[in-house]
Amino acid sequence: MTPNLHLWLIPLLPLIGAAINGLLGRRLSRQAVTGIALAFCGAAFAMALGVAIQFSALPLPYTEALAHWIRAGTFQADFAFYLDQLSLVMLLVVTGVGFLIHIYAVGYMWEEGGFYRFFSYLNLFMFFMLTLILASNYLLMFIGWEGVGLASYLLIGFWFTKDSAASAGKKAFVVNRIGDFGFLIALFLLIKHFGSLDFDQVFRLVQPLSPEIASAGLLTTVGLLLLVGACGKSAQIPLYVWLPDAMEGPTPVSALIHAATMVTAGVYMVARSHVIFERAPIALTAVAIIGTLTALFAATIGVCQTDIKKVLAYSTISQLGYMFMACGVAAFSAAIFHLMTHAFFKGLLFLAAGSVIHAVGGEQDMRRMGGLRHRIPWTFWTMTAATFAIAGFPPFAGFFSKDAILFKAFTSPHGSWVYWAIGVFTAFLTSFYMFRLWFLTFFGEYRGAESAGHDGHLLSGAPVSHGHGAIHESPKVMLVPLVILAVLSVCGGWVGSERFDRFLAPVFHRLEFKLVAAPAFLDGPHAVMPPTPEPNTEGPSETAFTLISVSAAALGLLLAWLLYLRRPQLPQEIAHALGGFYQAVLNKYYIDELYAVLFVRPLVDGSTKILWHGIDQGVIDATVDHGADAARKVSDSVRHMQSGNLRSYAGWVALGAGAVIGYMIWIGAR
Amino acid sequence: MVPLSYYLVLSGILFTCGVTGFLIKRNIITIFMSIELMLNGVNLSFVAFAAQWHTLSGQVFVFFVMVVAAAEAAVGLAIIIAVYRTCDTLNVDQINLLKL
Repeated sequence: MTPNLHLWLIPLLPLIGAAINGLLGRRLSRQAVTGIALAFCGAAFAMALGVAIQFSALPLPYTEALAHWIRAGTFQADFAFYLDQLSLVMLLVVTGVGFLIHIYAVGYMWEEGGFYRFFSYLNLFMFFMLTLILASNYLLMFIGWEGVGLASYLLIGFWFTKDSAASAGKKAFVVNRIGDFGFLIALFLLIKHFGSLDFDQVFRLVQPLSPEIASAGLLTTVGLLLLVGACGKSAQIPLYVWLPDAMEGPTPVSALIHAATMVTAGVYMVARSHVIFERAPIALTAVAIIGTLTALFAATIGVCQTDIKKVLAYSTISQLGYMFMACGVAAFSAAIFHLMTHAFFKGLLFLAAGSVIHAVGGEQDMRRMGGLRHRIPWTFWTMTAATFAIAGFPPFAGFFSKDAILFKAFTSPHGSWVYWAIGVFTAFLTSFYMFRLWFLTFFGEYRGAESAGHDGHLLSGAPVSHGHGAIHESPKVMLVPLVILAVLSVCGGWVGSERFDRFLAPVFHRLEFKLVAAPAFLDGPHAVMPPTPEPNTEGPSETAFTLISVSAAALGLLLAWLLYLRRPQLPQEIAHALGGFYQAVLNKYYIDELYAVLFVRPLVDGSTKILWHGIDQGVIDATVDHGADAARKVSDSVRHMQSGNLRSYAGWVALGAGAVIGYMIWIGAR
Repeated sequence: MVPLSYYLVLSGILFTCGVTGFLIKRNIITIFMSIELMLNGVNLSFVAFAAQWHTLSGQVFVFFVMVVAAAEAAVGLAIIIAVYRTCDTLNVDQINLLKL
């Protein structure tokens, strides 16, 4: 008898919190709003922990059917939740990091208007994200998928009176729709060919298909369309453009939604659909190529950004690219491992950046920071941990996961040295731009105006209300989450990719297992390592890979130190020397402008000229207008008959009668 | 014997006189008399056909028409008197109380 886990409560609790705060929050005090938001989010976290504790005793995967939803013919989709090792990892990351960021946001948003609205949206986001993770079929997952998009839209545009924030929210929503369209088509194809959207059923039907047959079309198409969806949500080329703009939202939102959790939904979805991708080599290669290119591309843009949050945004895109690269070489557990460590250190980086922005009064330009390490020591030390983690220095968390990805990129049967080389180069760039940020922010001389104080809050759309002008450390409620996340950023990787891989093995190798392994393996799925193809031993050993990637990171650190601390005038000279290329990178390769010319302008012009002026005004309106005009003209001439003069009516009747009689006489005479 | 067509022509003439009177006269009493003229023109053609075909139904119709005409004359004259008392005129163009 399986114990009842009441999984449905985990998403539902934040929804209740969102509903209370959203409906009644206007009348509640800030303390009450805080209490409600934290209580319901914390309860979800506590339940997730409870599930994790009972976890080893559970028969997995565990499914919890809640209610029937759609039953049409043989097709059915239910409200059902699904728990396996993969969803458990996601569950813990989302509720844990989410809860910490909730706490942080209390401090960060305390002075803001719309406090209740913010927490209501934040809880709403948790609800949808947990639905996405726990769904047992694609349709329920799609609800969560759309829901997090909605929450993201609402939170990016939180300061909706600011035009740039409102349009950034719109951009995120529209770009996400493009991806969602691909996702939806993939779902329709699955329904058409497998008659179900349930993970278990679809995968059971997909599993016997061998790559040779499957790649003939269907699975490749489905895989590519799912990839389009994942690209939209996880900000991969070519749909990444919304994420940098999404930084218009409050910093806790950037940390929670646009770094730690929502943007990783695409990675989760690809990993969840691994059965499909493994049987569609073309789609898998596409995932790897897109991921690798995105990692490199975003990292180069990140090098030139001066806004502290924009650097982190491009860094997020780049790290997501790593996760896609890992998925693309079928190293799904490495991708999820990186997803987890990334949630820790990137969440921390954003929160610490928020703390820095808070300290210097809303300034986000790194050129006007500097020398902050003694003034905000807690922020400095936590951010240091995160910076070393993302750069991939041992023994920080990012080292283990990035190393696992790079190793797999080279040795996996789907991998290639090209992915690995680009990955290592990107690791170098990552280290460079992160230490650039670190040096510019915390070292050297303070370059901002000392008295600027909190006037800057106005620029970020936040009202000024603290009365102090000097640079100051953030309140404790913001520092505690920073410290916890810093500890996780340091220790989070110690579990090791091997052990993590073994933990997730029942998810990722379950089906292959039955396919390729001898029956003996089936006896103890927990006890036996899955038969992953052993890396070819002729290649360089794992230690060599580790050395190379660590030295790449060290090189990045050195270069950043040289350019931004030792010889601060040098970057200018290099920028001058590079000329046009530097300008291109600084302007993000003019991708936004390119999209504007290629897609936005034609769409707007086409809609204005053809659809509006041509079809709407020329055809639809004209038909109605001309029809009405004609009717009026005819009635204008005819209405004279209806004079109201009785005798003229009688005359018409007599005339009609005469006509009829004349006609009859004419008929008779013929 | 007088042929049927004579009766019918006379009936048509009577009816046309009635219609013309109805259309061109303004005095309400004349209009009323024109209506009677039309009815009797029709009556004439009814009895003419009845005599021609030796059936009684045409004559029965005529009786009905006469009954209706008598009733109409009673009600109509009463209305005309009431109208004259209200409007002090019998000119139909001036009796336009219901017009906007």
